[in-house]
Amino acid sequence: MSEKKEALFSKKNRKLMTDPLDGSNPISVQVLGICSALAITVQVEQAFVMSLAVMAVLIFGNLIVSGMRNLIPSRIRIIVQLVIVAALVILVNELLKAFMPDVSEKLSVFVGLIITNCIIMGRLEAFALANKVWPSILDAIGNGLGYGWILVVIAFFRELFGSGKIFGLQIIPESFYEAGYMNNNMMILPPMALITVALIIWVQRSKNTDLIEEN
Amino acid sequence: MAIDKNSNGYTFGFSIVMVVVVGTLLAVASQGLKSRQDKNTADKKMMSILSAINVEADRTNAQELFTQYVIEQKVIAGKDLTAQAFDIDIKKEFRDKNLPAADRNYPLYICEKDSNIYNVIPVIGTGLWGPIWGFVALESDYRTIYGASFNHKTETPGLGAEIKNASFSDQFTGETIADTSGVFAPILIVKDGSGKGINSKVDGITGGTITSVGVEKMVNNTLEVYVKYFNTLNN
Repeated sequence: MSEKKEALFSKKNRKLMTDPLDGSNPISVQVLGICSALAITVQVEQAFVMSLAVMAVLIFGNLIVSGMRNLIPSRIRIIVQLVIVAALVILVNELLKAFMPDVSEKLSVFVGLIITNCIIMGRLEAFALANKVWPSILDAIGNGLGYGWILVVIAFFRELFGSGKIFGLQIIPESFYEAGYMNNNMMILPPMALITVALIIWVQRSKNTDLIEEN
Repeated sequence: MAIDKNSNGYTFGFSIVMVVVVGTLLAVASQGLKSRQDKNTADKKMMSILSAINVEADRTNAQELFTQYVIEQKVIAGKDLTAQAFDIDIKKEFRDKNLPAADRNYPLYICEKDSNIYNVIPVIGTGLWGPIWGFVALESDYRTIYGASFNHKTETPGLGAEIKNASFSDQFTGETIADTSGVFAPILIVKDGSGKGINSKVDGITGGTITSVGVEKMVNNTLEVYVKYFNTLNN
């Protein structure tokens, strides 16, 4: 293989970051990580913090696995990946507890959800194990952002219609409630997260017709 | 010499090295960060206690305000009346359900604010997914609630987790936990929206029924013990 020095942000590398935002979005196209999209999209703030946490673990996970890709015995590679992800998540949690206790409190149980997030294992297995370190980092950033924006959009609609707030601030004015407007409690419940994901997929597919499978 | 990466020896060797490295790393991180984490937990506890008497503290001034407002800490009942009240982990005290109430340590924080005396009582119970806890401040008549603050570990955001918001805990202000003769009167958490005003009723959280019921049980179970103690003071 002839090694040609590639620019850090060559077209191919940029594509690694931009593709997961739309064409190969982990949630709306690959339908991975749906479990956390359901659980933590009641409020925008939580969705935002969770996205950052997943992105951090994804970047370091991809970095480590990609750096070690020639050392990992293929027979136990899934276990190795799990150990790396779990260790990272615990480490992040301990650091947050020590240095950013307020963020740690907000994430509370969801830290555990990061370990089981299929996107992380998916990217480690499908990308980092076969690619160099730098593209792996870009891939992690791209997928983290792709995951994050969907989460924040879902949370935006769920918080707005479910409790009339965004980021905990009242958006729907008191006069609406006096006129008979009511928060839709259905939005707070998990099923509406799936329906919102489905709506996003619908919008995305009608705009990006490449995604529609031929029957 | 090239190493066969598919050999059993390599796989074993790799696993052993990985486990040792990861284990050491986590152990070092856990030990090294422990003192900071403990301080954060203590700060948070002070902030919650202060929040029950409507003093807003943040992590930078929690310790300072705590020593300023809390004039006495004591253990009112239980085995060890000389224990440091602040060091008592009430989660542990209440975990063992078979322990008779007399053997549990009940801490009490006496605070002074604007030359009024408030008694801050820690409460603990269970929500839907995990523990919930809080602090309830009583006025010097030992029956009127001055303020309350609640927190939780794992309640659902937007539903049960709302108990930590002031909009929920402020409803407790002004309610009484005992009548004038000192007989315990529980506070009910209701669904029908009748909790407004001072009527021994507090509106629960829509969609957070189990957490709301948990708060009701927690507040009443713990306060009952304290009311008995306060009665002995009055007589």
